[in-house]
Amino acid sequence: MTTWTNVCPLTDLVPDTGVCALVEGKQVAVFRFGTGETIYAISNFDPFGKANVLSRGITGSIGERPVVASPLYKQHFDLSTGECLEDADVSVEHFPVRIDNGVVQVSASA
Amino acid sequence: MSKKRIIVVGNGMVGHNFINTLATSDHASEFEIITFSEEPRLAYDRVQLSKYFSGATAADLAMTTPDEYDELGVTYIVSDKVVDIDADNKTIKTASGRVEGYDKLILATGSYPFVPPIPGKDQEHCLVYRTIEDLEDISASAKVSKTGVVVGGGLLGLEAANALREAGLDTHVVEFAPRLMAVQLDEGGGKLLRSKIEGLGVSVHTEKNTKEIVAGEECRYRMNFADGSHLETDMILFSAGIRPQDELAREFGIDMGPRGGIVVNDYLQTSDENIYAIGECALWDNKIYGLVAPGYQMAKVAADHITSTLITLDTPKLAFQGADMSTKLKLLGVDVASIGDAHAHTAGAQSYIFNDDVAEVYKRLVVSADGKKLLGAVLVGEAEAYGTLLQLMLNDMDIPGNPASLILPAMDGAEPVGLGVSSLPDTAQICSCFDVTKGDISGAVQGGCCTMGDLKDATKASTGCGGCTALVKQVMDAELESMGVEVNNDLCEHFAYTRAELADIVRIKGYTSFKDVVEGHGKGHGCEICKPTIGSILASFENEYVLKDELMPLQDTNDIFLGNMQKDGTYSIVPRVAGGEITPDGLIALGVIGKEYDLYTKITGGQRIDLFGAQLHELPEIWKKLIDAGFETGHAYGKSLRTVKSCVGSTWCRYGVLDSVSMAVALEHRYKGLRAPHKIKFGVSGCTRECAEAQSKDIGVIATEKGWNLYVCGNGGMRPRHADLFATELDDETLVKYIDRVLMFYVRTGERLQRTSVWMENLEGGLDYLREVVIENKLGICDELEDQMTKVVGTYQCEWKTTVESPEKLKRFAHYINADQEDSNLLYVRERGQRRPATEEERITLVNVTEGQK
Ligand code: SRM
Ligand SMILES: Cc1cc2nc3c(=O)[nH]c(=O)nc-3n(C[C@H](O)[C@H](O)[C@H](O)COP(=O)(O)OP(=O)(O)OC[C@H]3O[C@@H](n4cnc5c(N)ncnc54)[C@H](O)[C@@H]3O)c2cc1C
Ligand code: SF4
Ligand code: FES
Repeated sequence: MTTWTNVCPLTDLVPDTGVCALVEGKQVAVFRFGTGETIYAISNFDPFGKANVLSRGITGSIGERPVVASPLYKQHFDLSTGECLEDADVSVEHFPVRIDNGVVQVSASA
Repeated sequence: MSKKRIIVVGNGMVGHNFINTLATSDHASEFEIITFSEEPRLAYDRVQLSKYFSGATAADLAMTTPDEYDELGVTYIVSDKVVDIDADNKTIKTASGRVEGYDKLILATGSYPFVPPIPGKDQEHCLVYRTIEDLEDISASAKVSKTGVVVGGGLLGLEAANALREAGLDTHVVEFAPRLMAVQLDEGGGKLLRSKIEGLGVSVHTEKNTKEIVAGEECRYRMNFADGSHLETDMILFSAGIRPQDELAREFGIDMGPRGGIVVNDYLQTSDENIYAIGECALWDNKIYGLVAPGYQMAKVAADHITSTLITLDTPKLAFQGADMSTKLKLLGVDVASIGDAHAHTAGAQSYIFNDDVAEVYKRLVVSADGKKLLGAVLVGEAEAYGTLLQLMLNDMDIPGNPASLILPAMDGAEPVGLGVSSLPDTAQICSCFDVTKGDISGAVQGGCCTMGDLKDATKASTGCGGCTALVKQVMDAELESMGVEVNNDLCEHFAYTRAELADIVRIKGYTSFKDVVEGHGKGHGCEICKPTIGSILASFENEYVLKDELMPLQDTNDIFLGNMQKDGTYSIVPRVAGGEITPDGLIALGVIGKEYDLYTKITGGQRIDLFGAQLHELPEIWKKLIDAGFETGHAYGKSLRTVKSCVGSTWCRYGVLDSVSMAVALEHRYKGLRAPHKIKFGVSGCTRECAEAQSKDIGVIATEKGWNLYVCGNGGMRPRHADLFATELDDETLVKYIDRVLMFYVRTGERLQRTSVWMENLEGGLDYLREVVIENKLGICDELEDQMTKVVGTYQCEWKTTVESPEKLKRFAHYINADQEDSNLLYVRERGQRRPATEEERITLVNVTEGQK
């Protein structure tokens, strides 16, 4: 069964920025993409810089793919899959998200 | 078979070029090369010698190193002069007594400066300009002199005059002939050059024959001229021509020209077939070539001849056939070019002359009797056509259309007439210094070079005198285009504009958000390149709070949390310490706060204090305490003004002539918070001893008895650049006015992450153009630039103060949005009494001290 953890009200997420949430003991980077209800969640751990910082990167697009650039060394990670665009062998975990009654929720149980 | 011994006498530019050619050829292993240099060092770039005065060191000028020669297997002996040749036994002897045998001997002894036999010429401050040691003497003499005279108004003399002028001397040029650069320029060109140089404050005295140098009344010396006039000066620099360094050949029976020079044939052999002469000591067809490119051609021919006769036993492939003496130079900031038959000596030659007294441009075109071929040209004041004209002449091409159009300015925005590089044959020599043809460049581009940097590495083109740079770039771009590669200066995939273009768009359209800009002129959702760029442009013009909701997503790693992110995700804190001036109470407050949060504390290279290792949630608490103690943000995170370094100046220092600390503090407060294409640093020194190192800063200010000297566009860091002297003896008000204008002009036109140094190097027209814009108001935008700066200064806010007062903003300063815990991944070790992040190995064996402490 999927368990959902509350992150914060959608209105606390400034459009086009991210935050870090603690979800079942895991550090999850949650991003609001654009001004609407598009939310993505991937691991907060930067496998290159080896620090918990991905939520603090700049979001944007490369071609059609929504991405975040690591604030440390600027590798891009696909927000919907966790794949690194510069190195096909590296990817970070990505998580299901939903908005429930205006509250952003993430699941890390799968 | 034993190796063939090659001895090269003289390790100057040409001798080195010869050695390099032979030692990197397919037959390198068959030669043993030995070179002797009278100078204390291996070859250096004499052509760039004057750069020594603007900060280049002997190492910067070096063309090779002992290591490189070791690797090539070349034996070198410096500070030892070859004094004896025994051509019968094929040996040489040096001053130190060393004797070596040779199979082939190469004389590459260069030339020496000619000093006219004037009584009094041998005194202490009478110098010449040829070697690094000469430059050291000139620098030392300039320090104790106020006035300097250069004897000789040729190419080198004018370069020397510039050096004296930059050293701050009242500079004069004394020339025997009726005009400057008599060899290269005609009367009209010489006249204009003179007026331009005089405009810069250098006095020019022509038709002066110096009779004697005696003790002066106001200055150290007095020069008495044949016409009864005189000139007083503290130092004299002779630059009256060169003479081939041929004493070796003269003494040992090798054929000489009647006026000196070692006679050589088309293979550069002297009258002894085993002895060659190349470079400035060689006399070919009764001519001495005083430029480096012909010397390199000689080196190539001689190397080919030696390889053919000693090793491959083929007929030699190359022969020296004379060389082109065309030159393009920037002398005292004036573009000067001379091509081919500049004086129209060819029978039947006709001339076209264009003279613009207003813009101070003079051009003369010399064409053949039938008007079809270009024979020569003189360009003064504007030399853009040099590359085109030179190629027309060298390749004996027909002049396209009406010859006059080649030197007439373009009317009504039409493209100036030129020849597209596509019309050049593949054999056209583009870079004469390194004999690189159009075909060589095209080949290198096809082989993968797509930037000037790649191309320089691959072909050496444009790494010598630099005169060919524009043409090399054109050939490269044309080749790239023909391969279907778009030559692209777009910022990123979201914007087909450069930063400077976007800055114009934002300014003219009055945009205040990224959304407007991307919807109007871009595509997609942006990225980590265009977002901070536009964020910075908006901040430069609007100067709003950078963490405002619409602006926050544009901020890069450091700005978005107003601190510099460290390797473990924590932050550093750098409060502003304007001018480096700090009170004991300020120091105590920093100490107390640093101790409370166990921050690693260090004095920075920018005269302030950095506190490292603060976690996100600690930042606002710490800043609140700092603000209460009277500090404000230091913008160490921003592409903005960093520090204004100062020296203690006239308030305490016994040498200081102006109050450098007060000026530094005032400037730092004026420009703090100004967002720019890259970070900006200042320095202010209280006297010429320059303890604040202002000449390595973006903006440097140095006090003099008569006011402030302003330097611009210096850089430390990755590629240091000495700042350019922009204006002198300014009062406080003018100083600030000029800085306002320079900085705003940079903000408008700089590219992304382009420091002022690189901006200057890419600014068309360079320093002179910047002076025209800022001092002469050429573009008529000075008021606008000042208004913009006034707006930025007037809207300054301490971003940390605004942030700690805004509860909404503080929500983001926590590691988790939904939990009060800290990042569990942080691990520290203590070293020299402070903490630092644990290394990867330490992490495996250590407990978490942060958690342990709380
Ligand atoms: C802290 C400090 C070193 C120190 O311990 O002394 C420092 C630290 C950093 N420097 Fe620096 N630089 C520091 C003085 C300098 C100086 C010396 C000076 O300013 O007189 C220079 C050479 C002068 C110059 O800039 O011309 C300097 C040339 C650089 C460069 C090369 C810039 C260039 O144009 O070549 C970089 C890289 C860049 O900016 O792209 C850089 C980048 C950095 C960064 C921001 C690298 C990064 O992205 O993490 C470092 C982080 C600072 C932090 O975490 O707080 N730092 N850096 C100094 C802070 C000065 C201050 O008070 O603000
Ligand atoms: C300030 C300045 C600016 C210049 N600008 C330009 C320019 O813009 N463009 C251009 O094309 N050219 C320029 N030149 C000229 C250029 O530098 C020379 O053409 C070039 O250096 C000639 O090279 P070379 O090897 O023949 O002589 P050099 O470079 O003079 O080398 C000769 C070397 O041989 C040594 N030597 C002499 N005799 C002996 C001996 N018996 N034993 C051992 N060693 C000996 C000398 O000490 C010297 O080191 C400039 C020259 C100067 C001084
Ligand atoms: S630059 Fe001059 S005034 Fe400043 S500290 Fe040094 S010596 Fe003193
Ligand atoms: S012509 Fe001198 S560098 Fe190319």
